[in-house]
Amino acid sequence: MLSPDEWEALRLSLGIALRSVAVGLPLAILVAVLLVRGRFFGRLLLDALVHLPLVLPPVVVGYLLLVLFGVQGPIGGWLESTFGVRLAFTRAGAALATGVMAFPLMVRAIRLSLESIDRGLEEAARTLGAGRFDRFVTITLPLMAPGILAGGVTAFAAGLGEFGAVITFAANVPGETRTLPLALYTAIQSPDGDALAARLAALSFMLGLAGLIMAEWLGRSLQRRLGR
Amino acid sequence: MLDVVARCRREDFTLDVAFQAPTPGVIALFGRSGAGKTTLINMLAGLLPLDQGRIALDDVTLSDRAHGIETPPEQRGVGYVFQDARLFPHLNVTGNLTYGLRRTKRSVSSTYEQVVALLGLESLVDRRPHQLSGGERQRVALGRALLAQPRMLLLDEPLASLDQARREELLPYLERLRDQARIPIVYVSHQFEEIVRLATYVVVLDGGRVAVAGDLPSVALSPALRAIAGPEAVGAILRGQVAAVDSTTGLAHIQIGAQRLAIENENLAAGDWVRLQLLARDLVLSTVEPQGLSVRGVLRGKIVALQADGGRAVLVTIQVEDRQLLARITTGAAAALALQSGCGVWVLVKAVSLRGHVFTETGPDATG
Repeated sequence: MLSPDEWEALRLSLGIALRSVAVGLPLAILVAVLLVRGRFFGRLLLDALVHLPLVLPPVVVGYLLLVLFGVQGPIGGWLESTFGVRLAFTRAGAALATGVMAFPLMVRAIRLSLESIDRGLEEAARTLGAGRFDRFVTITLPLMAPGILAGGVTAFAAGLGEFGAVITFAANVPGETRTLPLALYTAIQSPDGDALAARLAALSFMLGLAGLIMAEWLGRSLQRRLGR
Repeated sequence: MLDVVARCRREDFTLDVAFQAPTPGVIALFGRSGAGKTTLINMLAGLLPLDQGRIALDDVTLSDRAHGIETPPEQRGVGYVFQDARLFPHLNVTGNLTYGLRRTKRSVSSTYEQVVALLGLESLVDRRPHQLSGGERQRVALGRALLAQPRMLLLDEPLASLDQARREELLPYLERLRDQARIPIVYVSHQFEEIVRLATYVVVLDGGRVAVAGDLPSVALSPALRAIAGPEAVGAILRGQVAAVDSTTGLAHIQIGAQRLAIENENLAAGDWVRLQLLARDLVLSTVEPQGLSVRGVLRGKIVALQADGGRAVLVTIQVEDRQLLARITTGAAAALALQSGCGVWVLVKAVSLRGHVFTETGPDATG
């Protein structure tokens, strides 16, 4: 049904989106907890930084990543000299760019669910002998599950289609960083690519739709389990 | 003994209390809303730090500001049943019940099976909290707290969020808990009926201070309680043992010192202990030995005090054996009978007026 090139773009998109969520989600949980429960100097700044990718043009995010994580960049140079890891123009780099763009989506969803948790339940767990970490793992985290799930699935669906930041930071390398939207863009640019572009567009449309429906459905069934 | 000296200041509220309550038993914290009951119970749980003072239970110091001791709630071993139950919505009933049990470092004296049986939870164990009624939720919360093997149990108005039918359903479980738990129970309520039924010791709070504290029968006679519980709740509370039951008349005879009081028998057997609330408005006084009356409950006593109670009533304190009763009569009746301190009187107790005011009581042997 799909040509080898199309398969590769789809596989790359799925893999990169999955990696960006797998790495981003634990970090998003941490940041959401800090933003909701933390009382520290610079909380507002952190809040703004996390949400910046929502308002910046993706190409700006890609450019900033290039400056920081490029081969010449302070972090990128250190990663390459210390671990031999190169991010720019690689799959890992595409995952990083995708993760940064989708990060606010994860944090927002997790934060909402954390804010709706009744602190009284954690108090009750405390009187039952649960220490701070124990309470977080056995009470707070399970009650945040709907938000974590919704954030993860939404970020995954959005990550499948991340374009601007990926092409700026990781370029358009066939078989490495040419994900669905990049393949679609390439097809549009080529004179005989109309049919391919249409097929890729349809594929992206279906993936996005499926992701959003799944997020909603999973969220609802989890909420039902919690009796809400 | 629960020994409390606690002071804490908030923006618009100061709590400053001290009392020593015997343990085990049910220590009731009674007062209007805003009197400081929940603040005090949160201090007992360790959820709210003291500004000054100390809390000690038997030989364990839970808080002591002077020595910098403030055992955190998770290490206190104090069970807490919240007004709103606070069951964990992501766990089923069994998961909730065993949450504290799995974490306790104290030796297990109440097992899962015992607690499930005590609270009648057998049919609920697989349900989730949102599938439970309000009364069932409170029973599960009670079981969850008990299974954490606490050294003390705190109940914060466990009946307040329930309707009357659900309250009546939960109260017998609380009575069983009182009679079977070997640990002190602190029971917060603003409903005096619950306290009459459950408490052994009462601390009456008013505006963040202790208005009066003592055994239930003595607190029931105190003027400070009258001001808070209201005139309708005024009355003596007597403990007594059933001396005999008469199956033909349907009466039970309660031994009060050397005298006996006949009451309607509601499933009582000889030897049972009961707690009677004799409301002041229900008692009738007579200066002559009553004859030809339908009333079967008659006690002989002596007036020790008369006190104006509002404009048109007099509150009469009568010594009967080693107890005191309170009777409210009209000013006119008191004048007509020329009642005064030292007068001998007969106190008439209409058996039907005691309906709903006779409660089961822990016998003296069970508390020791």
